[in-house]
Amino acid sequence: MHDPAWFRWARVIGLTLLGLFALGPVYVMLTSALKPLPDVEGVFRWFPSRLTVSPFVDMWSTIPLGRYLVNSLVVSTTASVASVLVALLAAYGVSRYRFRGRQAFTITVLSTQMFPGILFLLPLFVIFVNLGQATGVNLYGSRIGLIITYMTFTLPFAIWMLAAYLDTVPRDLDDAAKVDGSGPMGAFVRVVIPAAVPGIVAVLIYAFMTAWSEMLFASVLTNDSTRTLAVGLAGYATQNQVYWNQIMAASLTVSVPVAAGFLLLQRFLVAGMTAGSVK
Amino acid sequence: MEADSRWLTPPEPNKPSLPRRERLPYLLLLPAVVLELLIHIIPMLAGVGISFLGLTEFYLSNWRAAPFAGTGNYAIALNLNGATGQALLHSFTVTIGYTLLVLSLSWTFGMTAAVLTQRPFRGRGLVRTVFLIPFALPVFASVITWNFMLQQDTGAVNRVLLALHLTRSPPFWLIGPNSFFSLVIVAVWRTWPFAFLILTAGLQSIPADLYEAAALDGAGILGQVRHVTLPLLRPVNRVLLLVLFLWTFNDFTTPFTLFGSAPPTQADIISIHIYENSFVSWNFGTGSAMSVLLLLFLLLVTGVYLAVVRTSGAERRA
Amino acid sequence: MRRTKLTTMAFVATLAAAPLAACSSSSSGGGSAAHTTLTYWASNQGTSLQDDQQVLAPQIAKFTRETGIKVNVQVIPWTTLLTQITAATVSGKGPDVLNIGNTWSPSLQVTGAFVQFTPSVMSQIGGSNRFLAGSLSATGESGKPPTAVPLYSLAYGLYYNKAQFAAAGISSPPGTWAELVADGKKLTKAGHWGLAIEGGQVPENVHLAFELSEQQGGSFFDATGKPTFDTPQNVAAVRQMIDFMQADKITNPADAQYSKGTEALTDFATGKTSMVIWQAASGSLAKLGMNAADIGVAPVPLPSPMPAGGKNITSMVAGINLAVFKDTKNLSAALKFVKFMTSTPEQESLNATYGSLPTVSAAYSDPAFNTPAVSTFRSILSTTAAPMPEVPQESNFETTVGTAIIHLYADAATGKTVTSAMIAQALSQAQQQLGG
Repeated sequence: MHDPAWFRWARVIGLTLLGLFALGPVYVMLTSALKPLPDVEGVFRWFPSRLTVSPFVDMWSTIPLGRYLVNSLVVSTTASVASVLVALLAAYGVSRYRFRGRQAFTITVLSTQMFPGILFLLPLFVIFVNLGQATGVNLYGSRIGLIITYMTFTLPFAIWMLAAYLDTVPRDLDDAAKVDGSGPMGAFVRVVIPAAVPGIVAVLIYAFMTAWSEMLFASVLTNDSTRTLAVGLAGYATQNQVYWNQIMAASLTVSVPVAAGFLLLQRFLVAGMTAGSVK
Repeated sequence: MEADSRWLTPPEPNKPSLPRRERLPYLLLLPAVVLELLIHIIPMLAGVGISFLGLTEFYLSNWRAAPFAGTGNYAIALNLNGATGQALLHSFTVTIGYTLLVLSLSWTFGMTAAVLTQRPFRGRGLVRTVFLIPFALPVFASVITWNFMLQQDTGAVNRVLLALHLTRSPPFWLIGPNSFFSLVIVAVWRTWPFAFLILTAGLQSIPADLYEAAALDGAGILGQVRHVTLPLLRPVNRVLLLVLFLWTFNDFTTPFTLFGSAPPTQADIISIHIYENSFVSWNFGTGSAMSVLLLLFLLLVTGVYLAVVRTSGAERRA
Repeated sequence: MRRTKLTTMAFVATLAAAPLAACSSSSSGGGSAAHTTLTYWASNQGTSLQDDQQVLAPQIAKFTRETGIKVNVQVIPWTTLLTQITAATVSGKGPDVLNIGNTWSPSLQVTGAFVQFTPSVMSQIGGSNRFLAGSLSATGESGKPPTAVPLYSLAYGLYYNKAQFAAAGISSPPGTWAELVADGKKLTKAGHWGLAIEGGQVPENVHLAFELSEQQGGSFFDATGKPTFDTPQNVAAVRQMIDFMQADKITNPADAQYSKGTEALTDFATGKTSMVIWQAASGSLAKLGMNAADIGVAPVPLPSPMPAGGKNITSMVAGINLAVFKDTKNLSAALKFVKFMTSTPEQESLNATYGSLPTVSAAYSDPAFNTPAVSTFRSILSTTAAPMPEVPQESNFETTVGTAIIHLYADAATGKTVTSAMIAQALSQAQQQLGG
């Protein structure tokens, strides 16, 4: 089946427009990262009048960018993977089983999406402090506390979305696997998960980006050695100065591994069509 | 193949006490429940409790001693004759308009891009990655960049408009009536890649033979989208639209970074409004009351949405 | 069946263990048996957070040598400092010693989170007579003991571009507002403006409004601490600010968008405007590439003639205070640290590095503080500076009034005519939000 001409034109035009929209600010960031500081707030030029790479050099020393980057990577990766795992379990339960309390669970989990962060920021901090004093496990000022918090933030959407994706995987697949002798968990791992890979990848990306960019809770739950990028970038705004060019340089640089990850993962958004596997 | 969200249906009644096999679903849910309780539910209830207290700077280090304010905080928030109540209502209206616009534009862009990239073509992987780049950039930096771009005299946007002779005197984008639309555009810029991501993944679960069948029936590409894609995306879309609504409504980072802590009145988003009335002014009791009101509104919207979605789903199944 | 259950339990257990195994936590300092370790939250004063660590490190080492007390220094960016202080106050878990913005003092005092510097506590750090009266005035509610001691002091001055002034034939900086407006008009031409204003930012707006209001004889709070925002004098002060843009046209309407706290200064540094009212900024101006020979600073102008009841105030008392958390487990060690940081040699060294003004009079004998710029600021701080209203609602006042002024600037910039009646209404609504 080949695409009609009008569709190909529409595709080129549509994707180009959307691409310009997406990349316009990225271009501005790039030119700002290569300008001397006073020029960043000056009149916008398509090409900087004076090119300088010093922002890319200075940015590592103005704030401990390397440390913040590592913190963000560790926290975001752990939180997203853990969140997807917990959510997969719950989504499988919700999708494949009818049990008492199922409705209450889904509604409650959804309602947590409506909580404004401001409302429970301080109570959460107090709970972490008290837990830390009671158990000796430091949840505030540590990466663990942040990971647990971010896992929980992304759980509701992850569960809902994964349940929706899992719903599109036909039950016949489960039954086929069970006929082969595996229990429900075996069927889950061996058959259902592979069929739901696109959904899992999408949710994983979402969970990672949520943890990556969250600022409010990170500002309270971290200290200097555990601070993440989202908060740490604010350190380029000093008492007397904001190093805009370094902020842009740092932002572009730390986005490279993330974008590379996207490039790798977006292949899996297409993997494993379920149709044809039950014949 | 049933594509409805079966998990929105009520469970079977009259289940006997559970044999061992039936404990499995509860076990599967257990980690999620524990985490939600600890991180979301209990602090939330504490927050609701605070809304009934007069918790200001006077009681911050000894909040157990804060005076019980009953519904006093709510009265202030809802008093439409007072400055606070009026401002809250205005902020609420602005936020509804903002949310609906961002939601519809983000979904449309995401859907268009997902459909356009569904069939393979050279460079598709690159295009997908390009679209996800705004999603990958740190919020603070990318939204500040928009602030630079939207400056009236030095910003890139007005430079382009002037160069293209689309305007004679450069307009203000960050203050005045245009500020609302600037905020919408920046929010859409940040949000539509997410819709694109979710919809692309959703499209993958639609079997190719359904498209072939539709093509055989004479449906062109648009017809296929209407008769195959959209109906089968319904479960995904249901969740997507709802969460887009909730997240946009609660969005704090985008307006805060774009405008600073004092947004223009035309773009007074409610999360910033509540922040200014709690954290910044030390009035946690009132801020919590406003947050609870916000929560109740969102619960109402969600309840109505789910009811509507369920009845239309039931009709289709019949 | 059993296998399934085990598999599930294994899943759950792995998930529980994974986060704990994945990373190390770091603790915030407390006392250990052998040595005391203080935790100190320093604010960002230097050119970067790293720079602050490097500036403080030798001083901290000196302190540890002298007293045997270790100090764990955390440099907190300004964007999160108040949030972290709030969280620490609520939970009781915070540092031992910390920097605070001095205008936060009355509000933080009322939370009860800090040690009050009563005369007996003050005597432990050397007594209050050592401090400049101006600096000491911005440390808490008037009539109560200080909730923190002044560490670095700053004041506002009028920065002007000497080269551009000379080119326009203006021989000296303006001493009165009329002169400033006249000079501004001479300097304003296509693409160039007389006065830059950070019109979209709360602190800059409200500080200037306060200073102008003092000059008009007005006040934002009465003697009992009740807000009095919409008095004629306050309206006149705000009117004056808006008129720079609206009536005098010496300020670029685009300045109404300036919300990041840097644009007005950058406009001055790049030569786009000839004057700006700012706190001591020579370090920033140098970093922005301005020629040191072109930088001139003078006190902010005064009205002439002086209105009835008007005061000779050209700046609010700006600066950083040093506070001790009430819940600290190392009170005597913390006070030793406070004494150290406010001792004359430390005051001389740190303020010279940061470009701020010492808060103890003895430090001024150091020749580093006898440059013309520093002398100007010192005289401003000692003779014509007043602290922001020292009431617990000070933060609310800053937010509501500052925001109102931002909206008024936006109206003026987008073509609406801002009348005194509109200003009065805006201030009145701001006052209502305080519950007054």
